[in-house]
Amino acid sequence: MTGHLLRRLAGMVLVLFALSALVYALFYLMPGDPARLACGPRCNTIQVESVRGQLGLNDPVPAQYWHFLQGIAAGHDYSTGTSVQHCGAPCFGLSYQNDQQVTDLITQRLPVTGSLALGAMVIWLLLGIGTGLLSALRRGGLTERVLTLLTLAGTATPVFIVGLLLMMLFCAHLRWLPFPTYVPFTEDPEQWAWNLLLPWVALALVESAKYARLTRSSMLETLAEDHIRTFRAHGVGERGIVGRHALRGALPPVIALSALDFGTMFGGAVLTESMFGLPGVGQLLVRSVKAVDLPVVVALVLVTGFFVVVANALADVLYAVADRRVVLT
Amino acid sequence: MSADTLVADEAGPAVAAAVPASGARHVWRRLRARRGTVAAAAVIALLTLTAWAAPALTALEGQDPDAYHDTLVDSAAGGVPKGSFGGVSTDHWLGVEPGTGRDLFARLITGARVSLSVAVGATLVQVLIGVAVGLLAGLGPRRVDSLLSRATDVMLALPHLVFAIALLAVVPSGFPRPVLLALVIALLGWAGTSKIVRAQTLTLKSLDHVAAARLGGSGPWRVARRELLPSLAAPVITYGAILLPTNIVVEAGLSFLGVGVKPPTPSWGQMLSTATMWFRADPMYVLLPAALLFVTVLAFTVLGDGVRTALDPRAASRLGVGTSKGAGR
Repeated sequence: MTGHLLRRLAGMVLVLFALSALVYALFYLMPGDPARLACGPRCNTIQVESVRGQLGLNDPVPAQYWHFLQGIAAGHDYSTGTSVQHCGAPCFGLSYQNDQQVTDLITQRLPVTGSLALGAMVIWLLLGIGTGLLSALRRGGLTERVLTLLTLAGTATPVFIVGLLLMMLFCAHLRWLPFPTYVPFTEDPEQWAWNLLLPWVALALVESAKYARLTRSSMLETLAEDHIRTFRAHGVGERGIVGRHALRGALPPVIALSALDFGTMFGGAVLTESMFGLPGVGQLLVRSVKAVDLPVVVALVLVTGFFVVVANALADVLYAVADRRVVLT
Repeated sequence: MSADTLVADEAGPAVAAAVPASGARHVWRRLRARRGTVAAAAVIALLTLTAWAAPALTALEGQDPDAYHDTLVDSAAGGVPKGSFGGVSTDHWLGVEPGTGRDLFARLITGARVSLSVAVGATLVQVLIGVAVGLLAGLGPRRVDSLLSRATDVMLALPHLVFAIALLAVVPSGFPRPVLLALVIALLGWAGTSKIVRAQTLTLKSLDHVAAARLGGSGPWRVARRELLPSLAAPVITYGAILLPTNIVVEAGLSFLGVGVKPPTPSWGQMLSTATMWFRADPMYVLLPAALLFVTVLAFTVLGDGVRTALDPRAASRLGVGTSKGAGR
């Protein structure tokens, strides 16, 4: 298993290099002058040129890229006119927009995205696995039909529709819930939860459909396997079969998918965040791309890519742990 | 009477079901056997017809999707449409847009045209690239295969939304926007198809009739066209049918974020994005595009599911194949 993980790690580093180079190349082609955007609308040509020099945009692109890689490995010092600002490794540079350190910009927003992801994930796992199991066990009945229909509706609805309808109903019409704004957990846990409830539910409803389908098909497949039939023949009760034996066979793919989704979540639930106006990583991403804020975008792509690749590896390991027939080579 | 029906007559339906029936007629019969699939097809036919006839229908209504009607909105109340249900009248069948007073019916059906053509175009290009890359990897020399397989892996690991937003910003605004959207969605989403096609090609390559053709001196191009493509049709069509609703959601999501279809071209995602500011004053403006988008995606999902079961009754996608990462969140 160690050899497997090491090889995965090497592949991971390569993929991340490829990703960052790709983003660099892509943004080099983008119209819009980062120096002018960074300087603001009132700058004259001379000021823009000095900003361009400060940002290192006069260097050839490969040199800029190399400088960027150095920053991640060793950190940088930036002179801001009067004082020297240290940006420790991993340093993704300074935002073109407001000279803030990109690392800070992202870490400020991670709690928002993290809060959204964690809460939503708890709901969607409970809802998705529960629905999937119920519809697998009540196969052929009315319950299964209703659940299948609901699941199908869930897969067909983008999160901004669910979010809009929930807000219309619970915030505008019934006035049971506040219009979501982010309140940090450390400030007021109760308000944190109240404000995030709708985003959680909206995201969870959309995501749980996928889990329900997967749990159902995986459970049905396991129930049809030989060893389950043997247990039945030996008189093991239905409850014991489902609870002890079938679940063990049916859950590995669900666990693997959760690990993957957890990884992608760090890139921000872009649509959910912009729908509810939550200042998370996803919102930062959309803004930075629109403003050609290259350092922020590259950093976000790398951070997301990193979590996705780690989650992929984690999913494989979890799969092997949960399903002993799988051997990692 | 064909060979398959003979088997069915002699051995009974159980055997007939176990023999994977091929041929367009069997597939057609299985498609028609499910009420849900037929209903979905009917809805899609209606939608397509409406979208195709959108210019004629708007002309019949006597409205222009881009014409402003200041007199129809109450500027004292912030631009809410005058009259009930969002300003429904004999002139404006579904009312008008808040703020601008543009005709909602005209914008909705013109939006359907945009949504459907972008999604269908994206799916076609996606499948074409996927089949080409998959065939090349499966039939080509080992070096080509490993290169293409790595490229496919990188494509699957890309944070799609980031690249979609970035690519959409790179291209000058003169390029027709819907075409660009379709191309961007396709360029980012072919990896799944190519993986499936490659795997199928490797399996098919070892089959007798393909081996015979190769030994008989047929070149790779001829083998691909005569021996492989017919067998690849079923999985490729299935995968395309699953991709289509995802692409509709992706287009709506990008337009929702403000990077997709540009105004004044109407699009459902864009309307829903504007609707986040109007849902208290004008609920109709949320409900109509939301309902249309929901019904469209649902119909295509049901049809895709029907096509899958009709073409291969045994195959069930375990990991929710086709739901591209985070498309709806």
